[in-house]
Amino acid sequence: MGLTIAEKIFSAHLGREVRAGELVVVEVDFMMGQDGTSPLAIRAFEEMGGRRVRDPSRVALVIDHSAPSPLEGVSNLHAMMRRFAAEQGVGLYDVGCGVCHCLLPEQGHVVPGDIVVGADSHTTTYGAINAFSTGVGSTDLAAAMLSGSLWFKVPESIRLELRGTLGPGVYSKDVALYLAGRLTADGATYLAVEYGGEVVSSLSVEARFTISNMAVEMGAKAGLMEADDKVMGWLSGRTSRAPRPASPDPDASYREVLEFDLSDLGPQVAVPHRVDDVRPVEEVEGTPVQEAVIGTCTNGRLEDLEEAARILAGRRVSPEVRLVVAPASRQVLLRAMEKGIIQRLVEAGAALVTPGCGPCVGTHNGVPADGENVISTANRNFKGRMGNAKAFIYLASPATVAASAVAGKITDPRRML
Amino acid sequence: MVLRGKAHVFGDDVNTDYIISGKYKFKTLDMDELARHCMEDLDPDFVNKVRPGDFIVAGGNFGCGSSREQAPLVIKHAGVAAVLARSFARIFFRNAINKGLPVVECDTSGIREGDELEVDLGAGRVANLTRGTVLEMIPLPPVMMDILREGGLAAYLRKHGGFRL
Repeated sequence: MGLTIAEKIFSAHLGREVRAGELVVVEVDFMMGQDGTSPLAIRAFEEMGGRRVRDPSRVALVIDHSAPSPLEGVSNLHAMMRRFAAEQGVGLYDVGCGVCHCLLPEQGHVVPGDIVVGADSHTTTYGAINAFSTGVGSTDLAAAMLSGSLWFKVPESIRLELRGTLGPGVYSKDVALYLAGRLTADGATYLAVEYGGEVVSSLSVEARFTISNMAVEMGAKAGLMEADDKVMGWLSGRTSRAPRPASPDPDASYREVLEFDLSDLGPQVAVPHRVDDVRPVEEVEGTPVQEAVIGTCTNGRLEDLEEAARILAGRRVSPEVRLVVAPASRQVLLRAMEKGIIQRLVEAGAALVTPGCGPCVGTHNGVPADGENVISTANRNFKGRMGNAKAFIYLASPATVAASAVAGKITDPRRML
Repeated sequence: MVLRGKAHVFGDDVNTDYIISGKYKFKTLDMDELARHCMEDLDPDFVNKVRPGDFIVAGGNFGCGSSREQAPLVIKHAGVAAVLARSFARIFFRNAINKGLPVVECDTSGIREGDELEVDLGAGRVANLTRGTVLEMIPLPPVMMDILREGGLAAYLRKHGGFRL
């Protein structure tokens, strides 16, 4: 019996064949913490008696969740991160650099075949470039910083074959939402998800990140794709590290193999308060919205802003709606400026905020009022997620969010293409 | 380790935002302060009702959502002795053990609000004293049992200097 991508990556790290179910201690190639999790990791590092980070070149701390700081308490936690980074010589991405999950691949920290841990659940994102990357808590991050390694249970995998061709106005976000709806919020708990099929091949690397990002919304430990020519091309010039791509064997053993024909898929919307409560856009069209958000680790990349700008060009955001745009990184912002995308978004009425997590986690940049509806390109719509438990969050693609911002109500983007 | 207390029952998919909202958790490392908001969006009265040694009992996928370790920490600081659920989200499960909060996977469907439970982690059994029933728990891997026995990963690593599988 052959091996899955996850089994291949773990086997390569250990120098022996390992299979799902085995408990192993492996070297971690890169590790990351953000400003909601790093302070507790620094405290845990000290509690462990840690003096020096094992290999500072394999660590990055990112200030993205509350950046710039809205409160003195947050400012002091940010200062703690800056102090630790300076003392230990680890990389720090400070206010304005962007969201951790956009930055790590963009800055060349992650390559195919890596094992990466991040103290943030959406660390599954780098599975799109064939890295076994998974979210951990602060104490696990501290242990990895201290020892350079961590224990894992090699996960079983579930294979999703995504067949067909996506229609106009349908994007990787719609695929990610559709799969969350089909598999449900715990449909892949403890499992690695492997995505394959011609839909994956047809997508850009940026678009693939959106799908792997949301693997965790099905409970998955990782959301893996193969490193094809597009991935290798995307990596060139970004990194000096050598990739070690891992492909599954044809006779690999999966918990389950599921096929989805996505040719007839339309735009999808997750409705409050569950990511797996997903409906075709037609079912919720006309729902009034007061806030619209484009950005986050799911959909704040250049292509996402470009799609939104295409819809907003020559149109105006409804006077009833606040449209908040948060580019996922400084590099995304710079490229979007060069291409005139920011000009078009702001002319249409968008409010641009600092590259980072934006209003997604309820810390700043657009907390909704009681009873308001928000449509967002983020990955979670839990009650209270954006800082107000009396607000309602809908999740959709950048195109659907842009179209809805123009109309003042949830709108099928295909009407505005 | 035998624990005894009352059950506080919640449903499926209790996510980390419900355990401790993002609007609080980014501000401070004072877990006693954060614990005042534990489960607030699901049951604003929970922190007043819970007594030291009580249990949170839930359905499937407890702790889904973010990787925030504040989630198991505020549960612990609210006085909860263990969380029992049909299943757990994996990051929460690891975080709880790393912070010394026992997590028990078992069939929780028969447990009702206020039931008196006795959790025997060593024996792997939960006795529902109110209903006279006994539940088997899914055993933890030995490495997790060892981490829990030391009271968390920091103490475990101080003692052992690394992971011992």
